[in-house]
Amino acid sequence: MISSVVRAPLLRHAVGIRAQSTWTQVKMGPPDAILGITEAFKRDTDPRKMNLGVGAYRTDAGSPFVLDSVTRAENQLLHEKLDKEYLPITGLPQFTRAAAQLAYGSSSPVLDRLAITQSISGTGALRIGGAFVQRFCEGTPTVYVPAPSWGNHKAVFGDCGLDVKPYRYYDAKTRGLDLDGMLEDLSNLPRGQIVLLHACAHNPTGVDPTPDQWARIQSVVEENGHVAFFDMAYQGFATGDTDRDAHALRTFVEAGRAPVVLAQSFAKNMGLYGERVGTFSVVGASRDERARLESQLKILVRPMYSNPPVHGARIAARVLTDPELRSLWLTEVKLMADRIIGMRVALRTRLEKLGSSVAWNHITDQIGMFCFTGLTAAQVDRLAQEFHIYLTRDGRVSMAGITSANVDYLAESIHAVTQ
Amino acid sequence: MAYFDNVPQAPADGILKLSVLSKADSNSSKVDLGVGAYRDDNGKPWVLPVVRKAEQQLAQDAGNHEYLGVGGLPALTNGAQKLIFGADSAALREQRVYSIQTISGTGANMVGAVFLKQFKQPADAAIYISKPTWGNHRNIFETAGHEVREYRYCDYATLGLDIDGMLSDLRAAPRGQIIVLHACAHNPTGIDPTAEQWAQIADVMQERAHFPFFDCAYQGFATGNVDRDAFAIRLFVERGFELFVCESFAKNMGLYGERTGCLHAVVASAARVPAVSSQMNRLSRATISTASAYGAKIAGTVLQDPELYGEWIENMELMSARIMDMRKQLRARLEKLGTPGDWSHVTSQIGMFSFTGLKLAQVERLRTEFHMYLTDDGRISVAGLNTRNIDYVAMAIDSVVRT
Repeated sequence: MISSVVRAPLLRHAVGIRAQSTWTQVKMGPPDAILGITEAFKRDTDPRKMNLGVGAYRTDAGSPFVLDSVTRAENQLLHEKLDKEYLPITGLPQFTRAAAQLAYGSSSPVLDRLAITQSISGTGALRIGGAFVQRFCEGTPTVYVPAPSWGNHKAVFGDCGLDVKPYRYYDAKTRGLDLDGMLEDLSNLPRGQIVLLHACAHNPTGVDPTPDQWARIQSVVEENGHVAFFDMAYQGFATGDTDRDAHALRTFVEAGRAPVVLAQSFAKNMGLYGERVGTFSVVGASRDERARLESQLKILVRPMYSNPPVHGARIAARVLTDPELRSLWLTEVKLMADRIIGMRVALRTRLEKLGSSVAWNHITDQIGMFCFTGLTAAQVDRLAQEFHIYLTRDGRVSMAGITSANVDYLAESIHAVTQ
Repeated sequence: MAYFDNVPQAPADGILKLSVLSKADSNSSKVDLGVGAYRDDNGKPWVLPVVRKAEQQLAQDAGNHEYLGVGGLPALTNGAQKLIFGADSAALREQRVYSIQTISGTGANMVGAVFLKQFKQPADAAIYISKPTWGNHRNIFETAGHEVREYRYCDYATLGLDIDGMLSDLRAAPRGQIIVLHACAHNPTGIDPTAEQWAQIADVMQERAHFPFFDCAYQGFATGNVDRDAFAIRLFVERGFELFVCESFAKNMGLYGERTGCLHAVVASAARVPAVSSQMNRLSRATISTASAYGAKIAGTVLQDPELYGEWIENMELMSARIMDMRKQLRARLEKLGTPGDWSHVTSQIGMFSFTGLKLAQVERLRTEFHMYLTDDGRISVAGLNTRNIDYVAMAIDSVVRT
């Protein structure tokens, strides 16, 4: 304890004055929309309540899903009594190698000229990517994100000192893709902008371009010298097939005309959410370039967090490289994707059966974790207040929150507020 | 495609470069005194027995990998608060501490640095770091956009604290600057102020209305006693300072690669906490979203379970005792060899590192002739010493000092 020798009189008055000036200008930060929903949901005591705001997968019993492949990998690792030494700045090599192969294809010719670093999941990858483009892309370009996009994109890129602007994407009338609007917007930009593309399972709309539409998007991006910044948080989760879900990324890369960078997350497809497992990569022109790019990625990472967490990366590396675990994992990813697709079908079918006058085909046209229902804010509020069903006010439903036990109630409730 | 032609090769990280050199050296006498990670007497990484226990427990509990909240795991942040400030801390009682989980100590420094860039008063306040300090401090604060200045710290003649220089520099600085202070076990020098000196530092900082930014990466590791190691922080809190504390569990829980840490903000009143916490949360959301769960669960389990906590204290005492023993033994051997110079600093310095006073040329000779790896500034990681290599290390140092 503090000895009497050094106990000085408390200079409360002087401290008080300084204390007043230190933080008085700190304004209250914006409330977190999704957190607000979760809190309202928690407070609700109605047994029928549903949380459709959460961005994490749930089983048909409404529980978190710890993948068997992940548990097995974890148990193996626990048994091996590995140390907890620092990883290199760019992370666990076995992990980044396997992650790159998963994203780009195991026989992709760009693998040996790919600069890659492990990251703090998808958000961390976006942050490294934002810092990277801010520093190295000529003319400090603007980042263009689809309207709408994941809420955190603007914050992440904005905090990197980048301007963030929208390009047309979601067509509220059709609840599908506004391709013409998108292509027009991307063509009208100054050359060399950063175009953020959701590789698959667009968040929050679930609207993905078809392969033909991707081809047209690719042409425009290439012709205008833009950088294709892919955000892939749902590989395997969209169609259930990891190769199919990486189609857009791989097509851009194969063409080799537009510079490509990728933020990759294993939060959802491996259920590793809180372990923060991801990568950020840049497709280089050559192996020499890869070395240069990698050296710069290290420079960006060091002042952020020095080196990434080891646990989740070891799990992911084991799952990806052990043939049995990998095979099991792929079936589990398909299982998750299939359950979601099943719930889409179930919800749409029930709404149509209830005789809804609204068109609900978008529920099954859209893909991935989220569905942009087209519900208005007023309707969303009614769902919360009258039916104890919670979703974000943009009408986004997390399909993972729907189960065979509650899909009927959901359909009836949506029907009630949309008639 | 020539798009990234303009990206130049960046210089390699100094300490990691050393580690690469060391790994490549196959000589049987090789001694790695570079990286700051604890090693046991066999020169091996040591996962704390209590950590293994906690891991087994977690495995049995069959938890999941769900996202933590933006503030982090409460078991960790609450436990960490008590550990740093003391369970009976007035600041905790008065609810004027906000703690956010971070990617270890670096992440805590980064969140603090980014927050201060946005909110520091005055807006042009500079960051003052000790000369010398951890290599990444300047990097972190400059990257966040601050001007970084140095205050005198190491007396290179005595290899002790240049307290007069330090106080003079802090006094001479404009009012309201941000001062980075190592809570204990200063990195790289191992030189810590005495209790009396801490009081003097607090006096000057109060006079000049400076903001204390504590970096605490070695609590429990310095003296072996967590309360004693937190003395400086608690003194400042008691004095009524608002301050930040970066807390890392990398070394004291051996959690290194699990990246487990916290940033604590002590503010003047509970009323200030919502605004400060909301902004810290916001900026953390934009860098990592949420921190990593596994290491936090281990640390949280240990901190919250009295039995495990007791075992942890024992594990820590073991580590710090071995380090102190190595210091004693190195000093004794150098003095026995009659190695020119005053080697008392080897035992008066504290913690993981020792600033030997060796010059660059001597360091290079140690590397090339003796396969002994330490950083260019003459810093050795005492944890790299063990009963099998200590004679050799003393002999090697003696050799390069004499010739």
